[in-house]
Amino acid sequence: MAATALAAGLVTSASAETVRWARSQDATTLDPHSQNLGTNHNFLHHIYETLVDRDNDGALQPRLATEWNLKEGDDTVWVFTLREGVTFHDGAPFTADDVVFSIERAKMEGSNMRQLHADVESVTAVDDYTVEFQMTGPSPIYPNNLTNTFMMDREWSEANDVVEPQDFAAGEDNYAVRNTNGTGPYELTSRDPDVRSVMTYYEGHWGEAPDVTEIQYSVISENATRVAALLSGEVDFVQDVPVQDIQRLSTQGGVKVETGPENRSIFFAYRFGEEPLRSSNVTDSNPFNSPQVREAMHLAVDREAIRQVVMRGQSDPAGVIVPPFVNGWTEELNAFPAPDVERARELMAEAGYEDGFSVTLDTPNNRYVNDEAIAQAVAGMLSQIGINVTLASRPVAQHSPLVQNNETDFYLFGWGVPTFDSAYNFNDLVHTKDGDYGAYNGGLYSNPELDAMIEGLGTEIDETVRDQAIADIWATVQEDRVFLPIHNQVLAYAMNENLTLPVQPENQPRMYEMQVAE
Amino acid sequence: MLAFILRRLAQSIVVMLVVALISFMLFRFVGDPLVSMVGQDTRLDEIAALRERLGLNDPFYIQFFNFVVNALQGEFGISYRLQQPVMDLIVSRAPATLELAFTSALIALFMGLALGVYTAIRPNGVVSRFLMTASLVGVSLPTFLIGIALIYVFAVELGWLPSYGRGQTVNLGGWQTGFLTESGLRSLVLPAITLSLYQMTLIMRLVRAEMLEVLRSDYIKFARARGVPQRRINFGHALKNTMVPVITITGLQLGSIIAFAVVTETVFQWPGVGLLFIQSVQVVDVPVMAAYLMLIAFVFVVINLVVDLLYHVVDPRLRVSTGTAK
Repeated sequence: MAATALAAGLVTSASAETVRWARSQDATTLDPHSQNLGTNHNFLHHIYETLVDRDNDGALQPRLATEWNLKEGDDTVWVFTLREGVTFHDGAPFTADDVVFSIERAKMEGSNMRQLHADVESVTAVDDYTVEFQMTGPSPIYPNNLTNTFMMDREWSEANDVVEPQDFAAGEDNYAVRNTNGTGPYELTSRDPDVRSVMTYYEGHWGEAPDVTEIQYSVISENATRVAALLSGEVDFVQDVPVQDIQRLSTQGGVKVETGPENRSIFFAYRFGEEPLRSSNVTDSNPFNSPQVREAMHLAVDREAIRQVVMRGQSDPAGVIVPPFVNGWTEELNAFPAPDVERARELMAEAGYEDGFSVTLDTPNNRYVNDEAIAQAVAGMLSQIGINVTLASRPVAQHSPLVQNNETDFYLFGWGVPTFDSAYNFNDLVHTKDGDYGAYNGGLYSNPELDAMIEGLGTEIDETVRDQAIADIWATVQEDRVFLPIHNQVLAYAMNENLTLPVQPENQPRMYEMQVAE
Repeated sequence: MLAFILRRLAQSIVVMLVVALISFMLFRFVGDPLVSMVGQDTRLDEIAALRERLGLNDPFYIQFFNFVVNALQGEFGISYRLQQPVMDLIVSRAPATLELAFTSALIALFMGLALGVYTAIRPNGVVSRFLMTASLVGVSLPTFLIGIALIYVFAVELGWLPSYGRGQTVNLGGWQTGFLTESGLRSLVLPAITLSLYQMTLIMRLVRAEMLEVLRSDYIKFARARGVPQRRINFGHALKNTMVPVITITGLQLGSIIAFAVVTETVFQWPGVGLLFIQSVQVVDVPVMAAYLMLIAFVFVVINLVVDLLYHVVDPRLRVSTGTAK
């Protein structure tokens, strides 16, 4: 079948409504609240649904909730109006009680989703289709946290003993890990973890019928094999397309490639503070603490060259560490100067490092697109201004602890913004490392003034005031050169030419949005 | 004989413990398993709490002791990545690896024997020379490259065979087999050939060398002189006497086939234990890695034991020597 289709020069699947989808890794569990992983959310969005969803530009859209607003006269309460006539796959109606149950479940000890709902004090069902969320204080952007929290059926969960999310630390494995009952457009018909899962259209779904009525989801972790499976016509849609294959695939007959910006920025960060660096030959001071050195590095890096050579054109060079669809991004922030090695050398001399210095650069080698190659390129660029970089490349499982434990002087990192709001970056990357804040502030940047402003963002209800605060924080972050931004990642999906599906910024393609041409 | 078996069993247990210890020491360097279990926005205190609950903060010897005690009960914990009991995972993946391994072993054995005998009987023929050269290529090319090349030729260009996966499987009393469906058999062809190539060339060269040796020996010359048909000399006398080293190698290679199926399974996305292992290494899924290494060690230990016992059956002289050595 595949052979004849190839021979004829056109690849059409046996049934136009079945889409065979391949990606590099599988969902780790189908329990919706057990883990907070994009791969899991991607899979589960087909089976379960959330109260609110996001379109490809990052704007919030109604899904199981049709409306949401702060309660009149009380800005600590969010009111959600639910969609009527929604049923779970087993036929049970979806009501406010299920929302209460699901949010409470997502807040439990074993749930990895619970930090998203940390500010929820209680959830109550006002009537069958109205739910009130009592927050611990004003939480203006809370609905942004709901886009990956899936709604489960209380009766089904109780009947199958999955009232609590799976707690795998305790060696647990529950019914919801492999069985589902959602309100989504597809029902799970078979599941073989790491191999193949099949989902079929749920006739009782409330929305418009999708073009795709059956999804066959396969895992092919080897890049070359995954691409080969598309070329041989064994799969129709490939996610996680390797950068080096994009060019070749887009010139291949019968196949097309969609590219688009991903919600993820790649940048470098350095150690702040007076203490000398651990890995440097300069032992009496920290060169990164000098603003001139940071500016010199900023000028020495040629982002355009990285885009063309390392990324083969597949990246958006950036001057700030959020992509354009994140609230707070502006063109001015994103601007970056043309590389100027002369000026950079002058700045190094001004800072007292005319002879340069040496430092170790830590980079992951299996996490971001071409991460190690980017670090290599930057090491070369920095050597032009006298900074001798020793590259230390590790798998992300070893790299990430270095950042979390502040054991690195200079490192490459990537950051996605699931809330599509700059406050998310500020909380984890800019705020002084302290308690819940600054978890990934591996360079220990600290600015008490900014800290106060960042904490204020969490409870500021007035949008104009809040946006101004975000702009002010960014201005300081950029002036202090807390980060050395490189680019925003670009995603690519490759598919049969009769299919159409734009890139989803969180890398969560939705098959029910796919268009199938006759 | 019984003492011999008991002694070998005791040795085997020591080997297993050493493997467990070494693999456990290695795991301390593969990285932090929690990185792949949590997303970027999991709070650090939650990560710390999870680490504590998983027992990753315990001293090394306590973790090791717990592991050995649990392993003795067949309990390898729960996979960090797939969130299922490790034993269930391995048991559900084993059929795929075993079917692939045995198919490859059969191909390697039959083709290796046939080609080995052929090149020994006609050492100077054109075909023999070609086979010998080709076998050199077979040994020296990396499995990964062979697999990718086969995929591009037979799946992408010609479209004859599937490029990945196991095809349709049938459940035979808990054993998922791909032998009974057309797509299952078609899916088996490329990975089985890829995996068998190395062993095939090894066996072929071994058989050829042994056979040439035997064919030069006196009793073969006598047999020829007595007018025994060449066919009987080749297969009745010569081949039989080349079998001891061939059995050793084949037995040991069966272990390697299962162990080294890792690469082939990765290239073809063959859902066996090898692929499970590789994917577990990438995300530091310690329970799966530990269980897999123990399993492979176990397979080697058992095969070595069986091979030793088979010697006694095939070669009567060995029975005497172990008897006196004791």
